[in-house]
Amino acid sequence: MARTPADLAGAEPDPPFEITFDGRPVPALPGQTIAAALWGAGILAWRTTRRTGRPRGAFCGIGQCFDCLATVNGERNRRACLTPARPGDTVTTQEGHGHDRLAV
Amino acid sequence: MPLSNSPDVIVVGAGVVGAACAYYAARSGLSVTVVDRGPVAGGTTGAGEGNLLVSDKEPGPELDLALLSTRLWRDLAAGLPDGAEYEAKGGLVVARDAARMTALRAFARSQTAAGVTAQEVPADALHDLEPHLAPGLAGGFLYPQDAQVQPALAAAHLLRASGARVRTGQEVTAVLTGASGEVRGVRTRAGDLHAPYVVNAAGTWGGEVARLAGAHLPVLPRRGFVLVTEPLPRVVRHKVYAADYVADVASGSAALQTSAVVEGTPAGPVLIGASRERVGFDRTLSVEALRRLAAGATELFPVLAGVRALRTYAGFRPYLPDHLPAVGADPSVPGLLHACGHEGAGIGLAPATGLAVARVLTGDEPPLDLRPFDPGRFTGVTA
Amino acid sequence: MTGSPSEPYDLAVVGAGPAGLAGAVTAAELGLSTVLLDASGRPGGQYFRHPAPGLGATRPGALHHDWPAFTALRRRLAASDVTHLAHHHVWTVTRRAADDWTVHALTGPDGDDGKPVRIRARAVLLATGAHERHLPFPGWTLPGVVGAGGAQAMLKAGLVLPGRRVVVAGSGPLLLAVASSLTAAGAHVPEVVEAAGYLGYARHPRALATNPHKLVEAAVHGTALARHRVRLRPRSAVTAVHGTDRVEAVTVSRLGPDWRPLPGTGRRVPCDALAVGHGLVPQTELATGLGCATRRTPDGTDALLLDAWQETTVPGLWAAGETGGTGGWQLARVEGELAAVAVTARLRARPGLTTGRRVRDLARRRDRMRAFAEAMAAAHAPGAGWTGWLTDDTEVCRCEEVTAGRVREAVDDLGARDARTVKLLTRAGMGWCQGRMCGAAVAALAAAGRPDGAVPPSPARRPLAVPVPLAALAALPEDPDGPDGPEDH
Repeated sequence: MARTPADLAGAEPDPPFEITFDGRPVPALPGQTIAAALWGAGILAWRTTRRTGRPRGAFCGIGQCFDCLATVNGERNRRACLTPARPGDTVTTQEGHGHDRLAV
Repeated sequence: MPLSNSPDVIVVGAGVVGAACAYYAARSGLSVTVVDRGPVAGGTTGAGEGNLLVSDKEPGPELDLALLSTRLWRDLAAGLPDGAEYEAKGGLVVARDAARMTALRAFARSQTAAGVTAQEVPADALHDLEPHLAPGLAGGFLYPQDAQVQPALAAAHLLRASGARVRTGQEVTAVLTGASGEVRGVRTRAGDLHAPYVVNAAGTWGGEVARLAGAHLPVLPRRGFVLVTEPLPRVVRHKVYAADYVADVASGSAALQTSAVVEGTPAGPVLIGASRERVGFDRTLSVEALRRLAAGATELFPVLAGVRALRTYAGFRPYLPDHLPAVGADPSVPGLLHACGHEGAGIGLAPATGLAVARVLTGDEPPLDLRPFDPGRFTGVTA
Repeated sequence: MTGSPSEPYDLAVVGAGPAGLAGAVTAAELGLSTVLLDASGRPGGQYFRHPAPGLGATRPGALHHDWPAFTALRRRLAASDVTHLAHHHVWTVTRRAADDWTVHALTGPDGDDGKPVRIRARAVLLATGAHERHLPFPGWTLPGVVGAGGAQAMLKAGLVLPGRRVVVAGSGPLLLAVASSLTAAGAHVPEVVEAAGYLGYARHPRALATNPHKLVEAAVHGTALARHRVRLRPRSAVTAVHGTDRVEAVTVSRLGPDWRPLPGTGRRVPCDALAVGHGLVPQTELATGLGCATRRTPDGTDALLLDAWQETTVPGLWAAGETGGTGGWQLARVEGELAAVAVTARLRARPGLTTGRRVRDLARRRDRMRAFAEAMAAAHAPGAGWTGWLTDDTEVCRCEEVTAGRVREAVDDLGARDARTVKLLTRAGMGWCQGRMCGAAVAALAAAGRPDGAVPPSPARRPLAVPVPLAALAALPEDPDGPDGPEDH
């Protein structure tokens, strides 16, 4: 019986690389999305809601719910479940709408 | 079979104008039933931005109606839950170049003489008011009386506050009349409703309701698209628009016209208008209209270029050929009153319209001269 | 080049799942110039979602019973002249005439690379599939609660799990497949919690008997689940989630026949994730924006109304697969092929194409599978009592954080009777997802205010199918759908 999804799929991935989430290193495999890399590290939340500040992460997994919005390399509102992880990506928890610096 | 408990007045239309008519009629001691084929705020009200504007109106009867409404809205909002998101944010009209600034100055001067507060804002002070405005504008005018409400909430709360009986999802299929042609009520699929007065507050569909009563009101739909952005912090403080907007509003052209109108909302998204075209009740997306709205908005506020539009919707402004609403008694059908045809200003003009209709119903002096709004002006018959 | 004003494509296919793939390769094989636009980087859609090459999966089909069928379609695609445009997110489709269409798309994995395109075609086939339907419950916004389809998608493409001990809940045939995948990938699934009774299928013996592959599928899942000691709990639902920052346990309650939770039956089940879904919702917005008519499916969703040749009520626009009602990948593939044949017959004025033996056989298979799908949908239609598990502080709209209490206020106090009015009065459905997650729930709550309690049809009105940067709109050439048309592809 397979113990991991990678066993099941017979994965022989290219070497892993590192991204960071709120400053801490997270390993990612080539071909994984940012959401997959975070799940792989046991991280389920990378956004807080704009009214009540509650944590959220990937929910629908297919780009429809927009609950997985993250700030990636300073770009706000990226869907982590669609965005491929790339070596050196810095992912930060997105607070609310993510556009605080535009406030007047 | 007649439905029980006949009211004094039946208002056809559960949009903001119908709600205001119901509210003021009820406050005058009349019992009111509101009938709508759709839901509350299901027509143009639900598609509006909720503007309460004096800035875009030239001196004349519509401005008088708007000035009265501005005062009434302030009082109404104070009594509604959360004020229906009423915000006395003020309007900022900007001019792209010196020629437009000169024209705007003359326009503002004429408005000031009619009771509007308008303050000239020199080019170098624009960014104190709106830090994200594009550079290079020639100046503008600030209109502190301009305000905004969330229109659907405003209509729903006004209706509730009126205490009127609300029958949504019931289409009026006939207006019942008596032996001498006087109004006796309306027929709906759910049954007949009797009342000595019927108020046509059916907005863009007011022409059809008039026709059911044997009256004539040439209301046409004038389509507009609104673009709505992702939620943002407050990036736009006022309602900001280019001076060209006033000319577009006053035009009667059927062709697509757009002018940039940009404003924030308490809920977060920025609303972008305004397009106008006469294409019937066609809801199909016009990519060209969206292109122009986005181009105009990002020209005024370059910071919006990186922001995404989450949705867009079309609304149908009730347009009458002389751009004035029909408010008052129908000249040929006793008991029929009209309160429709407010084009894009229905939210703003609703309270004064409702108050005027209530006064007509009770036989009291209207709050302003209603002759310019005479529904008979299109037939040559006057009330 | 093809797609430019002088030479539009014959057919633009939107979506590269089984329906779109079958449609595109069939059309190309019949001689149509065909473009296939898809949001994903790799063809397959949701069902045949699979790992990116970098993950080096030597058994990419380990999570699919029908992998060879997909690889066959993929081979035909590679051998064809189809222009496959991956990472293209279609935001609207416009029509100048029945044979003059423009497809507008954003590009990039997240539609964010700033190079929007417009593609002209003489016919359009929509194969946009479905997204999962969600019925909210207290705690469903806690991290660790994920869509059942979402868990499946993340597993198939990213080879990851949301937790080690995952309760699977909701309703519909997908739940067994998800539980089976999760266990195969090493997760422990203590329970599959199904709101329906499964007895519903028994009322449609004929539909079952004529679709034996579905029985085989169920048996395969059932055997796998039994081997992993997964308990199946019919007529039950997760009615609460426990935990502060992530899932620690769920409460499973028994349901009455109308899905109302039975008081006092709650059991606490420890877990670190919950995968939940209540069937699928056809993605119809590109079509409804053009005025296509819809029909109400037996499980209460709005699907496109299609004729025997998969054409919508707007001539020149065809649809296949889940857009016409949930029915599974085999039905989708058949419908895609039928649609391609019909489009070719129309564009090439070859009516004979539609009368051949193979085509008649396809149509028969389509009808049989569609009948089964409708029976299945009826069995899993949400019971009206499900709203009984909503507390007033349960968030219904995840984006705008609108609670059930506020929706009920709009219904009880302000007279809202449909989802659109609730939206206008509460903002439920106005956020990033545009009501895709909360739409079914809001419609059901609004129906509580109607005398007949019936949920009114409310096919999605989303003129923008995906969020569009204002810069992308502003940069369109003047009159982008006008007579001079697109020039950029």
